[in-house]
Amino acid sequence: MSRLKLSGVSKSFGAIRALENVSIEVAPGEVMGLMGDNGAGKSTLVKIVAGNFRPTQGDIFIDGRKVEYHRPIDARREGVEVVYQDLALCDNLTAASNVFLGREPTLGRAPFRIIDYPQMRRRSAELFAQLKSETRPRDLVRRMSGGQRQAVAIARTLLSDAKIVLMDEPTAAISVRQVAEVLDLIRRLRDRGLSVILISHRMPDVFAVCDRIAVLRRGSLVASKPVSQSSPEEVTGLITGAIETA
Amino acid sequence: MTSIEEVIGQSQHRGSLSRAMNFQAFWVLVAAILACLALTFLTDAFASERNLFNVSRNFAFVAIIAIGMTVVIASGGIDLSVGSTVVLTAMVISVLMSGGSGFWISALAALAAALLVGLLNGILIAYVGMPPFVVTLGMLSAARSLAMVLSNNKMIWEFGPDHDLLLWIGGGSTLGLPHPLYALLTLAIIAGLILRWTRWGQHVFAIGGNEQAATLTGIPVKRLKVSVYMFSAFTAGVTGILMAGWLGSVTTNLGQSMELAVIAAAVIGGANLAGGEGTVLGAVVGALLIEVIRNSLILLGISAFWQGMFIGSFIIIAVAFDRIRKLRSSD
Repeated sequence: MSRLKLSGVSKSFGAIRALENVSIEVAPGEVMGLMGDNGAGKSTLVKIVAGNFRPTQGDIFIDGRKVEYHRPIDARREGVEVVYQDLALCDNLTAASNVFLGREPTLGRAPFRIIDYPQMRRRSAELFAQLKSETRPRDLVRRMSGGQRQAVAIARTLLSDAKIVLMDEPTAAISVRQVAEVLDLIRRLRDRGLSVILISHRMPDVFAVCDRIAVLRRGSLVASKPVSQSSPEEVTGLITGAIETA
Repeated sequence: MTSIEEVIGQSQHRGSLSRAMNFQAFWVLVAAILACLALTFLTDAFASERNLFNVSRNFAFVAIIAIGMTVVIASGGIDLSVGSTVVLTAMVISVLMSGGSGFWISALAALAAALLVGLLNGILIAYVGMPPFVVTLGMLSAARSLAMVLSNNKMIWEFGPDHDLLLWIGGGSTLGLPHPLYALLTLAIIAGLILRWTRWGQHVFAIGGNEQAATLTGIPVKRLKVSVYMFSAFTAGVTGILMAGWLGSVTTNLGQSMELAVIAAAVIGGANLAGGEGTVLGAVVGALLIEVIRNSLILLGISAFWQGMFIGSFIIIAVAFDRIRKLRSSD
C-alpha cells in the first residue's frame, strides 16, 4: 500500500491552472525526487500535501485513507512534515530548543509549569545520534554549519514521528561537503521507513538519493519512474519539453 | 596539535568566569562599580546615605520598566509608550484616591488602565500588523494626553483617606532600603524565572529570533505579542503607582522621555534591538549604570542639560558595540 497517494489532483487560481490532474504514489521508505522548471507546479503540489492549499479537484490518501485538510496543522496531525528551504530555525536558540520549538515538554502543573530542559537535551541528542550528525543539543544554531542546521530541521520531523517529509530545495545554498551530509540525512530518514519528497533543481543530488523521479511540466505530471530506468539527459528533456512523456 | 573537535569542545565548556566575561551585563556591572568607586573618591556627596538612597530609588524606577522593555525588545518589538503609561497610571490612581477611593482599589484600576494601554498596543501590532514603532509612538502621545484630560492638567497632591499609605508605599523604606527596590527585586526574580524556565519565555525569544519560524511551528505568535506589550505596560503601571507615592504629587509631565532611559538601560544590558536577545539581569545592571552616571553629572556640577546627550550617546554606543561584535563573529 502506498504511503501517500494523490489521485487526480488539480488546482486553479482563478483562470490559471497550476496543477492539472496529477496522480502520484509514494511508498513507505521511498525517496521521490520532484523536478520541474520554475512555475511547473512543484511548490503548488507541495503546498497541497502540506495543507497550505486545498486542491480544486482530486483526493489525497495517506496509508490508503482519504484525508482532508483545512490548515497546515491538519496535515501535520496526519504525519506530514515540511522542511522549509530557509529552514525556519531560530538562530538565537539552541539546537535542542529548535527541535522542540512549540512542543516543549514541561514539568509541574499549571500555572507553574517549567520547561524540562534535561529531557529536551537528552531526546535531541538521541535524534542527532540517529541521524549520525555531530550536532550538539546545547549549541546555538547561529554557530552551526549548513549541514548541522539541516540536521536540526530534520530532527524536528523525527520528533513528531512523521510519515512523510517534504523537503524544499534542501541543498540549494550549501557547500559541496554539506550537500553530502544532507543526502546522508535523507538516506537515514528513508532507512527509518519515512517517505521523503525531495524538491530539487540539482540533478546529481536527485540521482544520488532518490528511488523514483517525478517530473512536472506546466502543471502536468509527465513522468514518474524509478531512477534506475531514467537518466539525467532524459529528465532534462522532460523538464524542458524536448521529451514529451516517459 | 589539537583537532578542531577539541577546540570546539573547549570553546563550549569554558569556566564560569570566562562565560561571565562573555556576557555584556558583566562588563556593564564592572563599569558601574568603577564609576561608583571613582565618585566615592571624587565627591563627598556620592557615598552619603541620603544620596545612595536616592540613587537606588531612581534606579529602581528605570530598572522596573527596563525589565518590561527587555521582554518587548527580545520579542523583536519596541515600546515607546512606557513613559506616557507611567503618567497615565499615576494620574488614574491619584484622581481616584483624591476622589475618596481607597488605595488598593485605585491601584487596581490604575494597573487595569496600564494593561489596557498594553492590550491596545498589542492588538494593533499583532492583529492589525502595524509596526510597533508607529503604534507605540502614537500611544506615547495619546496616553499622556489622556492623563491631561483626566486631571484637567492640574497637579494632584492630596490623595484622600489613604494618602499616607500611598506615600509610604512609594516613598518609604523598610530595613533601610527604599520600597521601589523591593518591587524591583521581586519583579526581577519572577521575570528572570519566567523568561528562562517557561514556554512563554522561550517563545518570546523564538519570535524575536525568527517570527516566521515560530508561526510555522504553531506558536500562538499573535497572542504572545499582545501579552508581551501588556507585560511592558504592567511594569510601567507599577512604576507609575510607586512614583506617585514617592513624589507625593502628580503632574502631567511625570515620566516624560523616560522611554529613552529605559530603552538605553535595556540595550546597554545586552538586549538586541533586532530581537531575540536580552536578559533581566542585563536590564537591571544597565539601569544601574545609567543612574550612576546621571547622578555623577549632578554631583560633579555638570549642567543637567547634558543628561540627554549622555543617554542618547549610550544607546548609540551600545548598539555600535553590538555591531562590532557581530562583525567580528562573522569573520
